Amino acid sequence: MKSNKGKDLIIQDVDKSFGSVHVLKTVNQVVKAGEFFTLLGPSGCGKTTLLRIIAGLEIPTSGAIILGDENITSLPANKRHVNMVFQSYALFPHLNIYENIAFGLRSRKMNAAEIERRVSYGLEMLALEPMKKRMPDQLSGGQKQRVALARALVNEPDILLLDEPMSALDAKLRASVQEELRRLQRKLGTTFIMVTHDQDEALVCSDRIAVMSEGNIVQCGTSEEVYDYPCNRFVAEFLGAANMIQAKRVDGGVQTDLGFFTLSKIPTWSEGLITIRPEWIRICESQPASNGLLVTVEDSVYRGTNFDLLVTPGNLRVRTSSYKHFKPGDQIWLELTATDLVALGE
Amino acid sequence: MKKLIIWHGELTTRGSLQRRGYSFLSSGMLWLLFFLVLPSLVLVALSFASRGSYGEVIWKFTLENYTRLMGFSVFGWTPDYLFILARSVEVAFLTTLISVIFSYPLSFFIASRPKNTRYLWLTLVIVPFWTNIVIRAYAWFLLLAPEFPLAKLATAVGLIPPETPLYPSAFAVYLGMVSMFLPFVTLPLYSSVERLDWSLVEAAQDLYSSRTRVFFKAILPQTMPGLSVGIVLTFVPAMGTFVIPDLLGGAKYMLVGNLIQQQFGASRDWSFGAAVCMGLMVLTMISLQLYRRRGEEIDLL
Repeated sequence: MKSNKGKDLIIQDVDKSFGSVHVLKTVNQVVKAGEFFTLLGPSGCGKTTLLRIIAGLEIPTSGAIILGDENITSLPANKRHVNMVFQSYALFPHLNIYENIAFGLRSRKMNAAEIERRVSYGLEMLALEPMKKRMPDQLSGGQKQRVALARALVNEPDILLLDEPMSALDAKLRASVQEELRRLQRKLGTTFIMVTHDQDEALVCSDRIAVMSEGNIVQCGTSEEVYDYPCNRFVAEFLGAANMIQAKRVDGGVQTDLGFFTLSKIPTWSEGLITIRPEWIRICESQPASNGLLVTVEDSVYRGTNFDLLVTPGNLRVRTSSYKHFKPGDQIWLELTATDLVALGE
Repeated sequence: MKKLIIWHGELTTRGSLQRRGYSFLSSGMLWLLFFLVLPSLVLVALSFASRGSYGEVIWKFTLENYTRLMGFSVFGWTPDYLFILARSVEVAFLTTLISVIFSYPLSFFIASRPKNTRYLWLTLVIVPFWTNIVIRAYAWFLLLAPEFPLAKLATAVGLIPPETPLYPSAFAVYLGMVSMFLPFVTLPLYSSVERLDWSLVEAAQDLYSSRTRVFFKAILPQTMPGLSVGIVLTFVPAMGTFVIPDLLGGAKYMLVGNLIQQQFGASRDWSFGAAVCMGLMVLTMISLQLYRRRGEEIDLL
């Protein structure tokens, strides 16, 4: 399989309405060639619609989709060099695995030798060789997903689209498939665009994540960027647990009900929210030099790899390693490090 | 000791379950035995008998009816009966084909209506059933009469001389047949179309399929169950139909149904009628077998 042909995808002012429902609100985004890009958001945020617009299965109400230097907005799905792994995999039930994978190649009337070569490569790449004569309903969920991947990838598309590819798999399989998918993408160098509502999936797989809400891309960045520096409360809370503290800007830091804290990045607002992830709050033996907070443990929840402590004041959640035990009623010093406290935008 | 099995929470034996099953089936099986299997056997026997001078049946084994059906008589060989049989197959085949071609867009149209109006459309498809077939045939007389637009149009194009109706003609037969059998294809097809998995259609489009390929690879296999039912429900009765061709086709457009009716009626030649029935049955079975074989090939492709 050829490595990526280096075509960037530009989503330009894409707007989509279904009747009176405004699903996408003037979305702008560039997806670079060869990256694993994820559209992350709750159901109904418009992420699947955006994916279907890229696939050519929906036409945007306005705006343009540009692949490389070609405007493909009104190009029908069957003429686009973009392939999709459907949520339910949509394997043809009356065709065996080999024929399912060969489907796109046969549509394009490739010669028999080339079809044989590409399908064999696809079967081998996704470890499907032993089941090539089987029918789709004889496969497990994970195998079906690999067939769907192979069926799309043998076409050597400019972009591979994945619509909630893990949703039909059980939790245990999901973790290994996420890493496998990421490895596959690195190996092929093809642009992958994945839609998901699962933040773990997005963090594990992606080079960049675009967090969507109500038809807008709220924040776009690398996994670290969106997790460590969420731009607003929605992103912070959607990507995992986050403590929210109401704050007012004062000289050198912020004033909150819990006291004065310094931040490495001073907020631009005069009043707003600051946030810190539970696992970044440090538990100290004694009062820290700055950004310290004396709290009482309200509850301690064992989670296998760690304990979640719920503490007052502030109703904060603190994630601590499991070898150290705290009981409700214990008084402890916390340090909310300046570099870990993030001021959220509106 | 008999082996006990648990069946839906009940402790029983295989034999007792079987007896219970037969007792449920017996009424239906008896009905079919007395009113289908036995009469059919009588018909088979009858087809090897011959006609007496007054139309009575003479129970003496002969193959005469079959040789006559093949066209051999004391006056030499004529293909008249074979021609009627062939025409029946042709009419049934074309009626089925036209009904299928009309039914696809119709089923997709109905399936795409909003839920509340969908049943209205389905009812409209079924409405013709509420009227007797003979009355419907006479309604066609009226619609095809010289004063009406269809006949006028045909006259204007020069297909028929002025002041003549469009019946009796092959066209009128097809019109009547298709309008009679359309619901038999549309309804089962609709039930398949309604359950269509559109993601397969989208997958086919995504995988570079042309419209034709989308139809044959994603839509046809999925609608095959409904389509098959529709085809069988249309083809089999269309082979033996006689009311429509009789009324709209006139005496010159005879189909095997009319021939059988004539033998058992006016001609009083029951044994020859029975032989024609056998011919019809064999042809129908061959056609269905061909269709099934073809269907398997499509699956394999």
